[in-house]
Amino acid sequence: MIYLNQFFGSMINNGNKNILVLLTLVTAFCVYNLIIYTHNDRENPIRLESDALRGQQLWQNNNCWSCHQVYGLGGYLGPDLTNIYSIPNKGPQYIKAFLNSGVKSMPKFDFSDTEKDDIVAYLKYIDSTGYYPNYDAKFKATGWVELKYKNEK
Amino acid sequence: MKNKSALLFLVVALTSLLLGILFGLLASLQYINSDFLKEYIAFNKMRPFHVTTVVSWIVLCAIGSIYFFITHLEKHTLYSQRLVKVHFIVFLLTGVGIYISFFLGKMEGREYLAYSPILTIPILLGWVLFGINYFKTITKKISEWPVYYWMWGTGIVFMIYHLCEAHLWVFPYFREHFIKDISVQWKSYGSFVGSWNMLVYGTAIYVMAKIKNDKGSTKNKTVFFFYFLGLTNLMFGWAHHTYLIPTQPWVRYVAYAISMTEWIVLGHIIYSWIKSLSKEQKDKYNMAYKFLKAADFWVFINIILALLFSIPAINYFTHGTHITVAHSMGTTIGINTTILLASLFFITQNISPNYKATPSFLTKNYYIFNISLFLFFSTLIYAGIKRSNWMYFSKDVPFSKMQDELHTTYIAFFVFGLCLVFSITSLSIVLLKRLMKALKGKYNFE
Repeated sequence: MIYLNQFFGSMINNGNKNILVLLTLVTAFCVYNLIIYTHNDRENPIRLESDALRGQQLWQNNNCWSCHQVYGLGGYLGPDLTNIYSIPNKGPQYIKAFLNSGVKSMPKFDFSDTEKDDIVAYLKYIDSTGYYPNYDAKFKATGWVELKYKNEK
Repeated sequence: MKNKSALLFLVVALTSLLLGILFGLLASLQYINSDFLKEYIAFNKMRPFHVTTVVSWIVLCAIGSIYFFITHLEKHTLYSQRLVKVHFIVFLLTGVGIYISFFLGKMEGREYLAYSPILTIPILLGWVLFGINYFKTITKKISEWPVYYWMWGTGIVFMIYHLCEAHLWVFPYFREHFIKDISVQWKSYGSFVGSWNMLVYGTAIYVMAKIKNDKGSTKNKTVFFFYFLGLTNLMFGWAHHTYLIPTQPWVRYVAYAISMTEWIVLGHIIYSWIKSLSKEQKDKYNMAYKFLKAADFWVFINIILALLFSIPAINYFTHGTHITVAHSMGTTIGINTTILLASLFFITQNISPNYKATPSFLTKNYYIFNISLFLFFSTLIYAGIKRSNWMYFSKDVPFSKMQDELHTTYIAFFVFGLCLVFSITSLSIVLLKRLMKALKGKYNFE
């Protein structure tokens, strides 16, 4: 302990306190990242299957995120699609009908039937992970919001 | 000037700014008239052009400023002139590659980084080259570094890390788990912005220290305390983007606790600096001073907004609305762009101290810039409140009806955007002219 004190003391005396703070922060950052990258606590146990993965790639290739949101993240020209799969009066047929429609700002896409199925599979998966907007929220006096999750363990 | 690479970065940065705001203006027209350019370049293709180009403006201007400061004002001999040239060529060619891929419709990436992931490799290479050149050039002992050297170094290292992190989705381990995937994606974006903020805020502190001719204040305990607070924010403060995603609650607790201290950091530094400046110092670097003062105002405005929506109960209503866009516009234009314009005015004044500027023209555009930005920002806040109201209190109203009701607001948004484009273009042309003259060797500056 004395040696440690001497070691850190001499570092601090040499003006290296900043390096010590930096190293501490970087170490905490590494641990934090490791947890974020490896934890699946709240994760839907089912992984994206091949059709949903293809749908995800189609979503990216066509920049659907430019106009649409998922969990409120994305563009603002179109509606949020987190729960489009399960909203009453919408769902798979509604999604498929919209895809090549070119209505309003929606570009006139030319998706094949298989591609439409893949996009629907991706949106179905997203829908299974949670709610957005989440109307089952409990507001706390501390400013915290408790949200109802799907698949809560 | 023997080495003009720094100026080349700055010229390309200003060109990116002009192009980026033009793309933004065209994209905003599609909010008013959904058929505008839809057949040729629909919104889903226009937006990546806008986003990529304005991000390039911020990054390239910060890089050019740093190269300029360390070589021309700090008089360090650059570790390798060849590396900086390679760095410039790599970035330029990658930029051209990205545009070509966008024109061809090859956008395989994600929001903000829409280009094909393969193009990230040369971008990373450019950052590594910049890092090697920077750290090898700043040879003095780290313990003697002023805070801006730390900030620039941190910005470079974390840019590389978070650029890699933003592409973790290419690995099935991440891509197959949606919640983890989206969390990591937004974690990287939050920290990515934190990284370029390190470069931009470091530049602000540098310019302030030079105008004041006071290096001592960039080495004291207070600035280092704020630097580490900013770094903590960069590392752990990203989760306000993901409050409403079903992630692990402790991640959100951490983000809530750390909150948005970063703005207080810069606000405090700029405010103390303005208070301590003499009239002569303000007059000497008039435009640089004005823009740094404007940055202080925008920091203040964004502190209020950011602190409010870092409270989960407020975030619940603002998330996914135009209020988030107001925040990002307020920070990228109000803070980053004003700081970088201050840096450019400072640099051009050093290159051409006898340049006869037309102060009234610059001042007029400075005011048009700030007033139109304030109105632009306010319009977005209003649109956000309307959207939030629709999301939570008018669930049965169709999305298209809500958008139609916002039509007048979108027209106002476009008009204020147009004024903003006008003022930025006027200011940028003055700066571009000076930089081009310096590139052609018309100024005798070493």
